[in-house]
Amino acid sequence: MVVEGLVKRFGATTALDGVDLTVAEGSVLGLLGPNGAGKTTVVRILTTLLRADAGRVRVAGLDVVDDADAVRASIGLTGQYAAVDEYLTGLENLEMVGRLYRLSRREARVRAGELLERFDLTGAADRPAKTYSGGMRRRLDIAASLIARPRILFLDEPTTGLDPRSRLGMWEFIADLADGGTTILLTTQYLEEADRLADRMVVIDRGRVIARGTADDLKDQVGGQRLELTVRDAVDLGEVARRLRPLGVDEPRLDASTRRLSLPVSGGTDALAEALRVLAGAGVEVLDVGLRRPDLDDVFLALTGHAAEDEDRTGAGDRTPVGAGEGAA
Amino acid sequence: MTAFGTAVADGLTITRRNLIKIKRVPDLIVFATLSPIMFVLLFRYVFGGAIGGLPPGISYAEFLLPGIFAQTVVFGSTTTGASIAEDLQKGLIDRFRSLPMARSAVLVGRTIADLGLNAISIAVMALTGLVVGWRINSSLGEAVGGFLVLLLFAYAISWLMAVVGLLVRTPEVVNNASFIVIFPLTFVASTFVPLETFPSVLRTFAEWNPMSAVTQAARELFGNIPAGAPVPDAWSLQNPVLYTVIWTALILAVFVPLSVRLYQRTSTR
Ligand SMILES: Nc1ncnc2c1ncn2[C@@H]1O[C@H](COP(=O)(O)OP(=O)(O)OP(=O)(O)O)[C@@H](O)[C@H]1O
Ligand SMILES: [Mg+2]
Repeated sequence: MVVEGLVKRFGATTALDGVDLTVAEGSVLGLLGPNGAGKTTVVRILTTLLRADAGRVRVAGLDVVDDADAVRASIGLTGQYAAVDEYLTGLENLEMVGRLYRLSRREARVRAGELLERFDLTGAADRPAKTYSGGMRRRLDIAASLIARPRILFLDEPTTGLDPRSRLGMWEFIADLADGGTTILLTTQYLEEADRLADRMVVIDRGRVIARGTADDLKDQVGGQRLELTVRDAVDLGEVARRLRPLGVDEPRLDASTRRLSLPVSGGTDALAEALRVLAGAGVEVLDVGLRRPDLDDVFLALTGHAAEDEDRTGAGDRTPVGAGEGAA
Repeated sequence: MTAFGTAVADGLTITRRNLIKIKRVPDLIVFATLSPIMFVLLFRYVFGGAIGGLPPGISYAEFLLPGIFAQTVVFGSTTTGASIAEDLQKGLIDRFRSLPMARSAVLVGRTIADLGLNAISIAVMALTGLVVGWRINSSLGEAVGGFLVLLLFAYAISWLMAVVGLLVRTPEVVNNASFIVIFPLTFVASTFVPLETFPSVLRTFAEWNPMSAVTQAARELFGNIPAGAPVPDAWSLQNPVLYTVIWTALILAVFVPLSVRLYQRTSTR
């Protein structure tokens, strides 16, 4: 997959402003970015749903405009919003999509059965999808995109709305697919997800690529370790910050609602030991303290200047994963 | 498989999907059958006595039923627009557009399923009509022709409504918008009252209104025009079957390619 100079405007909004990326065959690319960054727009252009205003896109070596049909035959798409037919049963949904991928009736049925099994939907196979929970729909939707064993798979926030157990199951499944040689482009709000699944990542913001590389590359870009602690009582945060500030290499970050302090440090465990000594003298009740490497949340904050959920209020709020922040702690 | 063969196969796959919905959502079929029954009874018994100017030798039931058939199937076709808009809203069109299926299939499957629904409606209305005094006074071939003309015209309207659905994108708005357009079209026509009763401007409009022609065509083919009835002035009503077929062909020629084009461009957001 090769994308060069992709530009897409919607009226006055420039959703994509010159995006370049490549995904090597058989690898997984994580496409990250805050709300409104342009992730879905990239996916929609690569899957032939939308036409770019400028730029070139080749998927499976084919041009997405000139060879749209051939592209469609080799891809599977799970969009950001589950697209299943509510009136059909799970089985009927999969069979229909299978038939439209030109599987024979029998192939479609066998494959549908396998996927229902794989996604824990066998018990609900004969119920209309209307009766499914959000997570079940999501799984059915993903199953539908896999029915024809596509070589290339697009997953736009595949685990948004799944409970932790289903999410783990989905991760395993995606990892299996990747091991099996499927090329995957995955967008996600869960930074942990990209960290686990993606070989390489591209971070976009306001339609531009602002960073790319492996998870380690990105973390190195943000820098060293940080000391994190949670106090019992939020009013103590100021005092703790004042006492620990000399240990840090930068200003501490406070969050009163989670009662957490985060401080970039150098010197690893020595810094931790020193911090514990200082805290012992402060008479503040600390619930949790630790040292950690920056995770992708930090990468996000450092690169975009705002957290992944910052622009939530603009509309897609209901899709925001609960606890994206905690997931990384 | 040839391109045509795959298009047919995909169209059938989608038709099947739409028919399953009709099976699972009984409201659809209930609505498609009950409302025409209600219409037949309402017009037959509430207005039946009040509507004058009928050609001698014909009962209001015989005059009325072809009009109700025409109105009901045209309204039935608005389902196409609303369903397409619903598919768009729910992201299904995006799903379909990402598949290597024929570009016409979603629209073909939709219009064919709605044709089926219309066929059921018309069968129910015909039976109800027979109960309240409507009769077919023509040969079997002509009668079949009558039903075909009605269904064919409604099928063309389905494609027109598909374009509306793709443009408007909200099922409720499709329903309201089509009501505003179709309601007057079906009333400023010879559907429920004889044209002689219209003031002259409206009358010219009504004479050339395809709704009048479809109704007139059905009346002719079912033998619901008495032998001595005066010949209409307008060419459209002297040759209602031909005039209806011309309209049907024109609508299809414009709206089939247009809706397929729109479909290829459209997407959920
Ligand atoms: N059809 C459209 N019409 C107008 N603006 C659009 C359209 N689709 C996307 N946009 C705008 O383009 C920008 C990028 O949107 P996109 O959906 O690609 O973001 P995203 O990264 O997927 O966000 P999220 O994380 O919320 O899903 C946003 O500013 C959005 O408002
Ligand atoms: Mg998105």
